[in-house]
Amino acid sequence: MLTYTIRRLVLSVPTLLFISLVIFLLLELAPGDPMAQVPLTVPPEVKERMREALGLGEPTHIRFGKWMYQFFVVEPMMLIDHIFGTALAEGQQRVLSWQFRSPVMDVIIQRMPQTLWVVAMSYVVGILIALPIGIYSAYRQYSLFDQAGTFITMVGYSVPPFFSGVLVIVIFSVQLGWLPSIYDTTLEVVDWETFKKQILQMVMPVMVLALQTTAQISRFMRASMLDNLNQDYVRTARAKGLSEWAVVMVHVLRNSMIPVVTVIALGVPYIFGGAIITEQIFKVNGLGQLLITAIQANDLPMVQTVTFMIAVLIVFFNIVADVLYGVLDPRIRYD
Amino acid sequence: MTETPKPIAALADEGPTAPPRSQLRDVWDQFKSHRGALAGGLVLLFIILAVFLGPYIWPYDATYIDIRSRNQGPSLAHPFGTDQLGRDTLARMLEGGRTSIAVGLTAMLLALVLGSLIGVLAGFFRRLDGPLMRLTDLFLSLPLLPLLLVMVLLFREALNGMFGPELGIFILIVVAIGVTSWMPTARIVRGDVLALKEREFILAARSIGTTNFNLITRHILPNVMSPIMVSATLGIANAIITESALSFLGLGFPPDFPTWGRLLNDATQYLQDYPERVFWPGLAISLTVLSINYMGDGLRDALDPRIRGR
Repeated sequence: MLTYTIRRLVLSVPTLLFISLVIFLLLELAPGDPMAQVPLTVPPEVKERMREALGLGEPTHIRFGKWMYQFFVVEPMMLIDHIFGTALAEGQQRVLSWQFRSPVMDVIIQRMPQTLWVVAMSYVVGILIALPIGIYSAYRQYSLFDQAGTFITMVGYSVPPFFSGVLVIVIFSVQLGWLPSIYDTTLEVVDWETFKKQILQMVMPVMVLALQTTAQISRFMRASMLDNLNQDYVRTARAKGLSEWAVVMVHVLRNSMIPVVTVIALGVPYIFGGAIITEQIFKVNGLGQLLITAIQANDLPMVQTVTFMIAVLIVFFNIVADVLYGVLDPRIRYD
Repeated sequence: MTETPKPIAALADEGPTAPPRSQLRDVWDQFKSHRGALAGGLVLLFIILAVFLGPYIWPYDATYIDIRSRNQGPSLAHPFGTDQLGRDTLARMLEGGRTSIAVGLTAMLLALVLGSLIGVLAGFFRRLDGPLMRLTDLFLSLPLLPLLLVMVLLFREALNGMFGPELGIFILIVVAIGVTSWMPTARIVRGDVLALKEREFILAARSIGTTNFNLITRHILPNVMSPIMVSATLGIANAIITESALSFLGLGFPPDFPTWGRLLNDATQYLQDYPERVFWPGLAISLTVLSINYMGDGLRDALDPRIRGR
């Protein structure tokens, strides 16, 4: 198992290098010019110096190398400095965002809490709703509950967030006026009143995102439970006189959770990507919104860094899911 | 002078009583018994007919501006109302649906061809398996929606210049969705091909000297048709949603060229005053995707011989 994990981790290095190169080269083709908004009165030689200050004057491969150095060496050193108070990265050039004129990582860290509050919370809520639905509808297959549950998961699959989001805004903000339609990111939770406000503004985005998570996970849970419910060991468990609760919730559930856990692990990186569309609808300024504004503003270092971070997380959680599968299911042997 | 021995009466075969049934018939019978799939198919058929024939029947043009009758609610003349420029919403919905469904079908076809090709090649030729599957993994670990946005942003101008604004963006979106959604198909097809390759009929075909090309087209492809069909239905749904998402984010088709996502995006700007306007395009997208998903579900059951006949 350990050798397998190490081999996968080592193999992921060239994959990630290749991905970063692909993203870099794709962005290299971008038609936009970061100097487009500089007034025409600025003389050309000053403009040239500004371009160089942004790191644009050099050939592609050198810029790629520099970006790699900044991302993999300088930024981690900054993190160490931040935690331990050392000065390893003092005076080093960091990855700078063109639109904010400040280090990309600082902006990302500013945006992280909003994304984690909304997107991660919705992921947790979605899973918590999905598991019981999946278990019960598999246990009572073809019952009314199962039919209704299947229909709802189908709807959850099919209704895109840009419709369900707008729909809940129409219903709960415009018609009923219960919930605010815009997520107020300046709100600081200090007392009971602001906490209530925070909960109220989180309800709708969390609901919209959780619907999708629920749809996906409960389908997996149901299918996996159905696979296990007909197995011989279930009959054995019943035959030796275990209570129905113990049979389903201990024996069957534990075995059915194996594939579901890996599916849940595979979904984690998308939390950090932020929900681009949902964040856009509810005006949450999280990572997804950061990415799309960066794309629109031609802020290439920002796009490059954020997409690459998501790619790193995807690759990493793919390995986590595979290893977890091997750990949880002793029938799977990788060696 | 031997006469044919008489079989024992009990062992004599009467011959099949029922006429032989084709496989397609079996599939259809199973599909019919899945009520959701049948309903989904009917709804989808209705939507497709409405969208492709509707503009010939409905008298209003999608781009005709009648500024005096702008912002109207539903009426007999305009069942879905009119927008801020007085254009008939029903006509725009029909026109938009045509684009959305056309994008969905073409992007699905592209993804399917790419996915099946890579899947068959990787499964059939051992030497190609490693590199092609690494490529698939690579594509799977790319963050797709951001890359789609970047791709649209990068190549929009160039393709607009080459093919004109409408065809250019159509090609761009179809290709962008196609090249980012072939991976699941490739994986499924590869798995099936790997299993099929070891079967006796392939060995038999090979031993009479069938070339690789014929082996793939005559023996392998017909046998992996069912997973391909299922991923085709899911592919259409996925492509329609992706196109709408791009249009919703303002990076899809140009504003005067309606698609369902675009209409939804336009409607959200008038959310405060005319909240009912977002309803129709959203409903159209959701209903189409829902019926396609139900059809895919039914098709999966119908094409699986282990479930069929139960």
